[in-house]
Amino acid sequence: MKSKAIAYPYVGWMALFVVAPILIITLYAFTSGDREFTLSNFQDMSQYASAFGRSFLLAAVATLICVLIGYPMAYFLARETGWIHRMATMLIMLPMWMNFLLRTYSWKFLLERNGLINSFFGLFGLGPFQMIDTHGAIVLGMVYNFLPYMVLPIFSVITKIDHKVIEAAQDLGANNLTVFRRVIFPLSLPGVLSGITMVFIPSVSTFAISRLLGGSKTLLLGNLIDMQIIGTAYNPHLGSAISLVMMVIVIICMAVMNHFGDGEQGVSL
Amino acid sequence: MSKELIRLSDCVMKYDDEIILDHLNLYINDKEFLTLLGPSGCGKTTTLRIIGGFQTPTSGDVFFEGKRINQVPPYQRKINTVFQKYALFTHMNIYENVAFGLRIQKRPEDEIAKRVEEALELVNLPGYGKRSVDSLSGGQQQRVAIARAIVNRPQVLLLDEPLGALDLKLRKDMQVELKNIQREVGITFIYVTHDQEEALTMSDTVVVMDKGNIQQIGTPQDIYNEPKNAFVADFIGESNIIDGIMAEDKVVKLYGKKFPCLDAGFAPNESVDVVIRPEDIDIVPVEQGQLTGTVTEVTFKGMHYDIIVDFQGFKWLIQTTDFSPEGARIGVKIDPDGFHVMKKSKYSGKFGDYSSYSSEYDELNEDAEAEDEE
Repeated sequence: MKSKAIAYPYVGWMALFVVAPILIITLYAFTSGDREFTLSNFQDMSQYASAFGRSFLLAAVATLICVLIGYPMAYFLARETGWIHRMATMLIMLPMWMNFLLRTYSWKFLLERNGLINSFFGLFGLGPFQMIDTHGAIVLGMVYNFLPYMVLPIFSVITKIDHKVIEAAQDLGANNLTVFRRVIFPLSLPGVLSGITMVFIPSVSTFAISRLLGGSKTLLLGNLIDMQIIGTAYNPHLGSAISLVMMVIVIICMAVMNHFGDGEQGVSL
Repeated sequence: MSKELIRLSDCVMKYDDEIILDHLNLYINDKEFLTLLGPSGCGKTTTLRIIGGFQTPTSGDVFFEGKRINQVPPYQRKINTVFQKYALFTHMNIYENVAFGLRIQKRPEDEIAKRVEEALELVNLPGYGKRSVDSLSGGQQQRVAIARAIVNRPQVLLLDEPLGALDLKLRKDMQVELKNIQREVGITFIYVTHDQEEALTMSDTVVVMDKGNIQQIGTPQDIYNEPKNAFVADFIGESNIIDGIMAEDKVVKLYGKKFPCLDAGFAPNESVDVVIRPEDIDIVPVEQGQLTGTVTEVTFKGMHYDIIVDFQGFKWLIQTTDFSPEGARIGVKIDPDGFHVMKKSKYSGKFGDYSSYSSEYDELNEDAEAEDEE
């Protein structure tokens, strides 16, 4: 019973900082400026359909690239032992200790029209290339910033796979490829799923990356909400509605994915 | 029956400078139940892993049906393994676990279904296919591991302390069951354990190992009744090991007294180790005893008493159903077949004295070993 009492402060914290904001957002989303119930906020949203589409598309592309780069990276690093293993763990964590904005700004300077990369190409008489203010730059920023969140969970799941299970698979006739396909990959799937969650959600709602690397033309959901809540287009009711819809879509995405993940278990090829 | 299947020839295994296997020579016959028995660190698991292909010996050769298989990877060997902690695939149900090997062989679905169900029946888990691994008890998981290996119809099944994690009662049931399974499928079982009782119960052949060397190979009866040296005598069952002198054939001298025995073939007056099993000693009234001593400790063991008796400073263990109180003077009588005479070895004098005996000793020892084995 004592343990229950200890949990109260945290329940209070959750209520105050998680549940209450969501309730307030919901309230705002369904009301107008004069506190009347309305659905008009949701109707108004249709004009921003392209921002929705763009946000989810770019986030999905960034997440996919993170899986493609992060999985092999986590896999090979996890199979190392000794100092390489320790070093790898640290190197994966290291970027997270540096300020997020600082990291993103540095990409801005690298990618600019007169930036380092274009100057380098200039030496060979190439370019300048348009790199900043493109969708590619936004995806690059997302991948660069969120890759560790993909690598870490996969890395830790693969590290924990019992080597005896791998030996058992080999013993039963599986070559290395089959061991990976039938045993290691399915067992590491929970890590991939949490990696996807941890990359996709911040990507879909980012506004800093798109503002710094995407220029003023590329409007993502994060920028849209930013604009409505505190920015130029001040309309917190519309902003709340957008937030709410985004949250619901994300929850649906995650639910579908987790269901798919569960479904993997025990299903044969 | 006695066709040779596997041969290890002069196998040496070294990690850095540590010698795990020291020029090991061993052959294993087809369809036999062979047990590698020894304390932790004796090299028994390494031997098993070499046969399974998980390790390659530093030097020496491994032959399977006369062909050298040193470089053949595990998945190409007609050998399957039951691992110590089962190593089941937790992301698959029981059916898929057992079907794993067959699916890799790309067998047709109906054959897989038939063979999986047969294998599950063999290990007494019919109809468990749809269950998840986590829903089974340790004993059941062990059976699944056996089914998963056997379903592939290997020529050899390797078992690495498969019963180590089970409780005593279940272990005894599984011992009998394993032996039955082996008879039923008629393949070679190579079994690794540090539990001497397990080895004696199940095996056709027992290989006793210590420090990377084979100490003795023989049937369970041979190993128990005719141990080659003090190590084997002590490791297999309880033994009183006493310094003696072989006065002549069939006469051994202990404590300066002559006793008739059945052993022969030693040099006159050769000093020897004499093994007397605790259950071969009869307690008799002092005047009828061949030797007399004082009871120093009595422990009730259920089926018998463990009695420690001091004979001129050397303590013997006697197992008897007759109670003698602590401090009593007793006589003992040993039949000629109760003596087993061994040549002196590097193990002489290290085993067989019960001066530091305590009733918990064995259990503690076993637990410590189970942990060491990791």
